[in-house]
Amino acid sequence: MSSPATPALVVNNLRKTYSNGVEALKGISLTVQPGDFFALLGPNGAGKSTLIGILSSLVNASGGDAEVFGVSVNKQRGKAMQLIGLVPQEINFNQFEKPFDICVNEAGFYGIPRKIAAERAEKYLKELRLWDKAQHQARMLSGGMKRRLMIARAMMNEPKLLILDEPTAGVDIEIRRSMWQFVSGINAAGTTVILTTHYLEEAEQLCRNIAIIDHGTIVENTSMKRLLASLDVETFVLDVNHVPIELPVIPGITLRRLDEHTLEAEMSRSHDLNSLFATLSAQGMTVTSMRNKTNRLEELFVRLVENGRTTKDNVEKVA
Amino acid sequence: MNGAANLVALNTIVRREIVRIMRIWTQTLIPPAITMTLYFVIFGKLIGSRIGQMHGFTYMQYIVPGLVMMSIITNSYGNISSSFFGAKFSRAVEEMLVSPMPNWVILLGYVTGAVTRGLVVGGLVLIIALFFTDLHVAHPVITFLSVLLGATVFSLAGFVNAVFAKKFDDIALVPTFVLTPLTYLGGVFYSVDLLGEPWRSISMVNPILYMVNAFRFGVLGVSDVQIGVAFAVMLVFVIGLSAVALHLLKRGVGLRS
Repeated sequence: MSSPATPALVVNNLRKTYSNGVEALKGISLTVQPGDFFALLGPNGAGKSTLIGILSSLVNASGGDAEVFGVSVNKQRGKAMQLIGLVPQEINFNQFEKPFDICVNEAGFYGIPRKIAAERAEKYLKELRLWDKAQHQARMLSGGMKRRLMIARAMMNEPKLLILDEPTAGVDIEIRRSMWQFVSGINAAGTTVILTTHYLEEAEQLCRNIAIIDHGTIVENTSMKRLLASLDVETFVLDVNHVPIELPVIPGITLRRLDEHTLEAEMSRSHDLNSLFATLSAQGMTVTSMRNKTNRLEELFVRLVENGRTTKDNVEKVA
Repeated sequence: MNGAANLVALNTIVRREIVRIMRIWTQTLIPPAITMTLYFVIFGKLIGSRIGQMHGFTYMQYIVPGLVMMSIITNSYGNISSSFFGAKFSRAVEEMLVSPMPNWVILLGYVTGAVTRGLVVGGLVLIIALFFTDLHVAHPVITFLSVLLGATVFSLAGFVNAVFAKKFDDIALVPTFVLTPLTYLGGVFYSVDLLGEPWRSISMVNPILYMVNAFRFGVLGVSDVQIGVAFAVMLVFVIGLSAVALHLLKRGVGLRS
């Protein structure tokens, strides 16, 4: 039985070695609290999809266990699956069926009576702006619509834990935002969400906690705030009326001229911006706009993954 | 899931399978009807009229049960192997695999869908047969049970085939190289009493012979084998193949990594 304090997900020393010898997960452990919006990030082939596969029972673990709201995925598969909704990376519905039928059938697989299933299908297809396509063959939908359909389908059993495996891959920005609006609403209503994505700015905006996985191990597992705070260097791109060839020297700030109207300034996060603006102004330069050069999380992600690889390479060289 | 939830899940699979059969009726219902009509015309009317009586029936009357059972067997097998492999190929099978539905519900749902197609096609073929000859069902209960068990055996066999199949060619191999020869040599067109030894004894290990003869006994009241033995053989196959299919689902062979 789960209590309010029961974590939404506990992964304990989970391992997976495929029959071809590939060790996809090397004993990972992590905990996701109920109501969290949790980011699971990692480069391609890091083990994210294997982990999600084990949680959704599509992949058999080689060792360890996972519990969803206190229910073991391994020992009480059926009960655990009642609690999970999965939006997979690949399109995996029958393209010759209609979205309405896909949703109603999905509910049927969870034992939800057809009348309730039909009501839920209408509700979620409407919320995801697919109701006008409900009776079209699914193969006629656009890529973004197919992704939204998979979210609607995953909501049919109204899961306590929604797992989204790169749900916005190849989706345009407008649809992506509407999808995040929907998922944020679901999360606000109490559903725990685990997200994997390659759009790191989304993870930064949406998620409260994060785990970064690489080569089958967790290289970082902390809160998003704490992780972002650990980044000590920031780079700004400034649009300026005119950038001279010879740039002024400002202590603590490295300036680079990108072109006649664009300037890059790299500085410590603790460094104030006043000296930068004062110096540029004194040199006759007017800053018209300014933005972060890269997404902060992206910068951290690259550093963490690269650090992990350098360490691994060094270990291998020593060995 | 509890009993009521399992029933909802089972209904969902069966309903989806029947919708699929009706959606592609030009592939699922019409071809066997045309093929069997040709059999009736060529073997029943043209060639059959030159063949004498068999077990006291005209040749046309004699081959009708065999041809009906042949339609049922091939369509049950073809339905489940193509539907389940298609779900595997498109990964739509994952919808069921990630659900809390027990494996036996998945198996029973697909088998019920395949048996339904077998029965519908069998019914169509029987109606067509009535345009060529008169038939009076001798034992209705035995007729129904033999059809049900025969269709179930080959639905289960088709399911096992689909689980192991990695490409579409793999689900065509068994019907071409196993099912068709066994069907033609299973007493559809002749009585095994006409065969000399060792061919008669060899024929007795063909499971289709028992299904055809059980159905023929139900319709015409004549059989080359003891009806009790025929039902025992079919039951053994149903139990054995069910056990294999459930084991494969439990292990996730070809379905889970």
